[in-house]
Amino acid sequence: MILKDVMRTFAPPPLRRIAEDGPRALLPPPALLRRLPPPLLPIQPLLHRIVTDIARCHPRLFTRLGDSALRRFLVDVEELPFVLLLQPNPAEPRFTAHHRHRVPAHDVRIAGTFEALFRLLDSEADSDALFFSREIVVEGDTEAIVALRNAIDDLEGPLTEDIAAAFGPLAGILRRLLAALRTIFGEKGS
Amino acid sequence: MDIVMGPVLFNWPAEQWRDFWFRIADEAPVQRAVIGEVVCAKRAPLYFDLLDEVIERLQAGGKQVALATLAEVMSDVDRRTMAQVVEMAEMAEIEINDVSALWLLEGKPFAVGPYMNVYNERTLGHLMKKGARRFALPVELPARSLAVMAAAATEHGAETEVHAWGRAPLALSARCYHARAHGRTKDSCQYVCEEDPDGMEVRTLDGRPFLAVNGIQTLSYGCVDLSTRVKELRGLGVSALRLSPHSVDMVQVARIFADAAAERISGEEAHARLNEAGLPLPAANGFFHARAGHEWVA
Amino acid sequence: MSGNAAHAGGFRPELVCPAGTPAGLRTAVEAGADAVYCGYIGPTNARNFPGLNFTREEMAEAIDYAHARGAKVLVTVNSFPPAGRFEEWRRAVDDAVAAGADALILCDIGVLEYAAEAHPGQRLHLSVQAGASSPEAIRWYVHEFGVKRVVLPRILTVAEIRRVQEAVPCEIEAFVFGNIGMMAEGRCALSNYATGRSTNMDGVCSPADQVSYRKDAQGNLNSRLGDFTIDRYGPDENAGYPTICKGRYNTPVGRCKYVFEEPRSLNLVPLLPDLVAAGVTALKIEGRQRSRAYVKAVVSAFRRALDDLAAGGTPDIAALSALAEGRRTTTGAFGSKAWR
Repeated sequence: MILKDVMRTFAPPPLRRIAEDGPRALLPPPALLRRLPPPLLPIQPLLHRIVTDIARCHPRLFTRLGDSALRRFLVDVEELPFVLLLQPNPAEPRFTAHHRHRVPAHDVRIAGTFEALFRLLDSEADSDALFFSREIVVEGDTEAIVALRNAIDDLEGPLTEDIAAAFGPLAGILRRLLAALRTIFGEKGS
Repeated sequence: MDIVMGPVLFNWPAEQWRDFWFRIADEAPVQRAVIGEVVCAKRAPLYFDLLDEVIERLQAGGKQVALATLAEVMSDVDRRTMAQVVEMAEMAEIEINDVSALWLLEGKPFAVGPYMNVYNERTLGHLMKKGARRFALPVELPARSLAVMAAAATEHGAETEVHAWGRAPLALSARCYHARAHGRTKDSCQYVCEEDPDGMEVRTLDGRPFLAVNGIQTLSYGCVDLSTRVKELRGLGVSALRLSPHSVDMVQVARIFADAAAERISGEEAHARLNEAGLPLPAANGFFHARAGHEWVA
Repeated sequence: MSGNAAHAGGFRPELVCPAGTPAGLRTAVEAGADAVYCGYIGPTNARNFPGLNFTREEMAEAIDYAHARGAKVLVTVNSFPPAGRFEEWRRAVDDAVAAGADALILCDIGVLEYAAEAHPGQRLHLSVQAGASSPEAIRWYVHEFGVKRVVLPRILTVAEIRRVQEAVPCEIEAFVFGNIGMMAEGRCALSNYATGRSTNMDGVCSPADQVSYRKDAQGNLNSRLGDFTIDRYGPDENAGYPTICKGRYNTPVGRCKYVFEEPRSLNLVPLLPDLVAAGVTALKIEGRQRSRAYVKAVVSAFRRALDDLAAGGTPDIAALSALAEGRRTTTGAFGSKAWR
């Protein structure tokens, strides 16, 4: 419910359109997507919602992180026109989007294709195997990335499902959006 | 504090091996000598027929002699060599480097070599119940653990030794890396390890010296040197300093440590003299300081 | 749960699987593990990586979960307590016994002595970290501490395993898949030499906080441990975690060589029939530091392979190769002595 209100208040027409027309309505072709100036403002509340919800549902994730919860994780999805910064500090978890030309200070950078990172998030893929095959690149504080990987790996069920569930009535739409993104980028990547 | 000359870890020609020990017997200020094959059972037949005369000469020189057992016992050749050494327990005390020896010793008194995992006072106590009288402690134990071990040993009337000089033994493998580097296997090695009397250097891809290979053993590139810590070691209650033979003037190395142990020279002077007499390798004492083993803490 | 049921036919070895987290344990049990091994958070076990391992509470829950599904839990307390810190290891032993562990996997003589004295009825296994590679060494541990099973070092051939099995009065557990142990287990200070953290005492080899990856001007990826470059990967080359024994180095007789071993995984599926015939009681999969996806894939594949084998079929190995380090597998020391 909160999200709906948030979206009514902040979301520009494109986001409202997803709710009405499904995810594909939103998406320009991937090549174009990468070049478009990213509309970060509407993304921020969604990201905030995701991270606070995960923090609430999975306190153990943060325990497992130990001191690494204080690190800043830059998530660089190859196909996206912006980068994401995750700060899993249990006291004040933050997940924010940033322009590629103003990459924020970070301790760790995790980069890869949408498909590879998506699979990692859902523990569908063995992140060691992904890394050995160079599908995912990590840089910076290796202890923090190992801790994050292990902590996510302890979550039961796909994390993306939790993310979708965080959106209450919009969960179904988000699931479809994620699936569509995956199809589009997955096809390109494979 | 006693000075102990540890076993020759490298594949030296038999005569060189014998002459080395003869000279130690006659000239070196060491109270104890540990001889025998620790690394590779294939090398044992090359010089084991010289053991008798070396033991005799060392004993004539007033040295206590111990016979080391193999650090890794796996194949039938290893097991035969181990049994052969344990049978010599009448001639010299056995210094065990693998648990297999405990089974064969059947309660006879023995010394424990640095390849045995004796990391804590409880393990030390258990081995003492089995007949251990002396412990050469693992090379990676930091000072604070050495202190606890030395105190526990002293309390039970046992002695402790610390690896004070020479490349640090770091790892053992079933595979012979010398043979591998030369495109051979352990069984077809043709004793290629004899080309490197102090081990074969291993450098990182950017050229930084890192390790040294000695058959199935991996050693540090750097040379452990605890000469500047001799006073501290005595304070911790450690009974003896162990030197690991290299192809330099080991009599001179032993003299320097004996002088430092008797406080005839300072640790700093000992270190400076060792830099001249020893191997042209970087000195390392990181393990002692609970830091990375390759580091040097002045 | 057909995987956990005893096979109607002849002898069937126990499939022992890794779990780095409670979710990993549940995944392993669901995928057909007969037993799962795992350890407490901290230095008392040999996979002390950040974010990995079990709290006391999680271990107790995990054991209940496994027992309810007919699977065993083997708790690893398989590192070496340094002098002055024995208490932590003693507590790990006590807590694992209290939680109902089916066996403790131990390696330190002092810890074995304590466990045998304080918990006489508790089943003890000798960890691979004890490096007991000869019948004499194994007999000593069995005689001293009543050890019921020994996990063999990954350095013996199948023929040698058979001879050991015939010569010792206990069960044998052998590794069949995962990281290939290059150095004799429990006797390697390489990581401590480079990083100041001891594999034996701190339970971690190549600690993550000492690991870094750097891209150079040519697009090569340099993997470093502490101050040392352990390997360098070309732009199209598969990368690996910088464990010293799997890096590339220069020696006087060769440049950029895998001096110790190549980054390959052990895969003994081709030798399974021989291992089973050699009388091995339990087959072990390495990888408590690997992800749940790995556990699921490898455990399921081995469950199938063992079931196929029991039914007289031929096991399929292709699926396992993708999960292997460097994407290649080897039978390592188990196949022949030429490996040495």
